Amino acid sequence: MGSDSNARLMTASYLTAGTSSFSEFLTSTAPELLPGAGGVTVSSTVARDVPHGTTIVAAAFSGGVVMAGDRRATAGNMIAQRDIEKVFRSDEFSCIGIAGAAGIGIDLVRLFQVELEHYEKIEGRALSLEGKANRLAGMVRANLGAAMQGFVVVPLFAGYDTDEGVGRIFSYDPTGGRYEEQRFHSIGSGSVFARGSLKKLYADGMESAEAVMACMQALYDAADDDSATGGPDMARRIYPIVVTVTADGYQRLPEDVTGSYAAAVVAERMTDPDGPHSSPQPPRAAE
Amino acid sequence: MPFYVSPEQAMKDKADYARKGIARGRSGVVIQYDAGILFVAPNPSRALHKISEIYDRIAFAAVGRYNEYEVLRKAGVRYADLTGYQYDRQDVTARGLANWYAQTLGTIFTDSPKPFEVEIVVAEVAEVPAEDQIYRITFDGSVNDEHGYVAVGGQADTIATVLKEHYTDSLTLTSALEAAIAGLAAQANGDRVEVTGGQLEVAILDRTRDHRTFRRLTGARLEALLAETGPDSSTPPEPGTAAPAKAKKGSAAAEGGTSQAKPAAAGGEQSKPDSAEPGGESAG
Repeated sequence: MGSDSNARLMTASYLTAGTSSFSEFLTSTAPELLPGAGGVTVSSTVARDVPHGTTIVAAAFSGGVVMAGDRRATAGNMIAQRDIEKVFRSDEFSCIGIAGAAGIGIDLVRLFQVELEHYEKIEGRALSLEGKANRLAGMVRANLGAAMQGFVVVPLFAGYDTDEGVGRIFSYDPTGGRYEEQRFHSIGSGSVFARGSLKKLYADGMESAEAVMACMQALYDAADDDSATGGPDMARRIYPIVVTVTADGYQRLPEDVTGSYAAAVVAERMTDPDGPHSSPQPPRAAE
Repeated sequence: MPFYVSPEQAMKDKADYARKGIARGRSGVVIQYDAGILFVAPNPSRALHKISEIYDRIAFAAVGRYNEYEVLRKAGVRYADLTGYQYDRQDVTARGLANWYAQTLGTIFTDSPKPFEVEIVVAEVAEVPAEDQIYRITFDGSVNDEHGYVAVGGQADTIATVLKEHYTDSLTLTSALEAAIAGLAAQANGDRVEVTGGQLEVAILDRTRDHRTFRRLTGARLEALLAETGPDSSTPPEPGTAAPAKAKKGSAAAEGGTSQAKPAAAGGEQSKPDSAEPGGESAG
């Protein structure tokens, strides 16, 4: 924006009627600021060696939704960061978690946060939850070029639907496909194990605390079997980030609370390393 | 065949034109109080705002033509969001925004055949009242750095005189609202108009909040606040009219406002002839 003519151009674009979308404004005015802009062809090993975020889980409960993410970022076979944050507030009634190339993902989250706030300020009302989910799909699709080069970013989006009064979860694929998930979902490298765990632990009509505990167990199971997912680090007091979204809005659980959940899980696993059991009941006829 | 018009005359004509347009609309008041900055503007519309959020700690108030200040408001939001996205949220400042508005309005005033008929205020709330910033920007791009309070619009000078009498450092929210209403009630010819809750747009930048500090005061909260301001704040001082006006004030707060023009029609929203229409004449 240095030169005078450029500044004049910026002034003109601010004053143009335009849309209520910040990312569209950015695309027309300053495309170099978009996440993953300035893409160059890279070898697949480079793509593998940038920091990657790993596992995110989300589960709906009665009156809201919980999202939790482990704290590990990996670069190839190395741990890039042990206390990365991958779950964020996107606005008052929604949250977003990211898995995949961390650098692009965090930029995507920043853009999404501004996008929602921008719309709210320009239009004087917030987007519907569906509207937010669709907008995010478009932004993921915009990253398809970088994704094809190996910098894949996939978000998990969850929020409280103020019209319906329920928590809802949306997952995405790298092409911008948007899928509404029922009850619970997980993304990232440890998602297979986390989802299997949640499948056994989740119950309809759970309370908030039960859903938080189920997510904590699921992350522990993911870390148990996936080397790229970090478990609760009791020595350094690094615990998963846990957020809830209810009618009262977004809330990030304070560290001492997530710490007590993590301690409970770890203590239980000391005696029972595979976690809580459900006793399988053979069919009556088989007896 | 074009006649020669001296630049002085051309500028003077433009300025007169803009001033006349602004003077047709009603005024707005921005005033500091102990826990933030208060914005008050008479506005019968609940949807077409004169006061808006720009960023975490910055708000915008305008008088004049709705379509013109709406363009400026949206431009301000874009400027702030782009700056905050590119750098950091703390790098978006009222000073920067006010400068941008001044430059833009100055350019429009000189370059375009028709100047914008608007007067705007950009205010930023800080950690302590002494560091709050309030800028008033006029149609030709002049900026004034204000302290404590500022009035904009046709009756600005008259209102500022009343505000000066009422303003002290660290007012409470109630007394700041009282001062603002007293100011808005003052008219140039010495008369006073009644200002009631139903026709007021009220918002604050709340110093004590984190992140987004802008809040609109509407409905029950505004009515409670107006009830606290005391019965005398918005009524004429003449003893003959004081008693009925007091009674009317009470009912107005409860029912959402009555206008002076139709004292018999109590309650509800009234469509005023000067309501803020998009693309219409001067708002409010």
